[in-house]
Amino acid sequence: MKTLSIIESAYRATIEEQDDTIVWLHGAMKGAGADLSVLLRGNAVNYLVQRQDAAGLAFGDWRQTQPPAIASDLAALAAKGVEICYVAEDLAEHGIERNELINGAQPVARAAVADLVGRYGRVWYW
Amino acid sequence: MPRYLLIESRDPFDSNDTGFCRDLATQLAAANNEVTVFLVQNGVLPARAGARSGDLAKLASAGVRVLADSFSLKERGIDEARLASGITAAPLETIMDALAEGAKIIWH
Amino acid sequence: MADKKTITIALMDAPYETARSTTALRLVDIAARRGYNINVFAYEGAVLQPFAAQKAHPNAVHGRSVEEENHFIPKDAIAALMRSAEQNGGKIDWVNCGLCVDERGAVDAIPGVRRGSPADFWQMAEASDNTLVIATR
Repeated sequence: MKTLSIIESAYRATIEEQDDTIVWLHGAMKGAGADLSVLLRGNAVNYLVQRQDAAGLAFGDWRQTQPPAIASDLAALAAKGVEICYVAEDLAEHGIERNELINGAQPVARAAVADLVGRYGRVWYW
Repeated sequence: MPRYLLIESRDPFDSNDTGFCRDLATQLAAANNEVTVFLVQNGVLPARAGARSGDLAKLASAGVRVLADSFSLKERGIDEARLASGITAAPLETIMDALAEGAKIIWH
Repeated sequence: MADKKTITIALMDAPYETARSTTALRLVDIAARRGYNINVFAYEGAVLQPFAAQKAHPNAVHGRSVEEENHFIPKDAIAALMRSAEQNGGKIDWVNCGLCVDERGAVDAIPGVRRGSPADFWQMAEASDNTLVIATR
């Protein structure tokens, strides 16, 4: 069943997990044949910003060699055929310009979210 | 008529994102969907009569059914007989009923 | 008697951290009493919900012994829910996300819990009457 995942939670345990676990989950499900679309809202719109850079952390002599690369992961999801959308007003409220984003993400007006939700058989909220 | 159940577990005293459920519920109802907002956990705190719960009252007048989990109310000492206008106490079974009936369900 | 349904619930929270865990188990309890088939996909911290090494403790602040305190222990609640589902003609299929188990060292779960992956979540959802995601914050 065509499923819309709305992702709001952002930067929660992303350093520890070296991924956003929900974006990762969707990559894994897509790999298993899932029919998914993603709507980013709230803080999660920041995940589309290309310039994110979490590299360089160290804890004692342990150095993180695989920091999260969330924008790339979303671009990879899009390349696999997952439609990636974001709430346009949330982007604006976060002061993010569209030219900062990865390619391929589509804006959705806040007032159009209900219509988007109505187009899917299943809606999951993360 | 498609049926939606939006479960609101957050409260406006702690979160400024309760508008998401409010707005989505209102939009869905305006599109002639049957919409219920089910308050659970701290989400029931604005259900107390006299609490700052303007958003919830607006929902009821927009044609959205607003329910509050009986156990969450009891846990917080909120009298089921003294809820803000438009809000009714209901058992958690309401969520399972909606799941069983195939409603689209979002937990916020 | 209610028609038998199959419901999938995705959980993410570790025990003792949030009210979401309690509400999730309340929902599983309702489904179990109805004899539904319940799929639980435990992701991230939720893989610790059925962790076998959980242990009850006394409560010195209240002057209660281990027995008197009768502390809520998630693995015991889950085992009881599994029994309830069976007694009512249903079943709980609890799947712990394997990588989440590994990174948390939560390998030892109670009987009836199996290791799985995101593919299991998608397959369970596809085979269910409905799915509820209770994400963490």
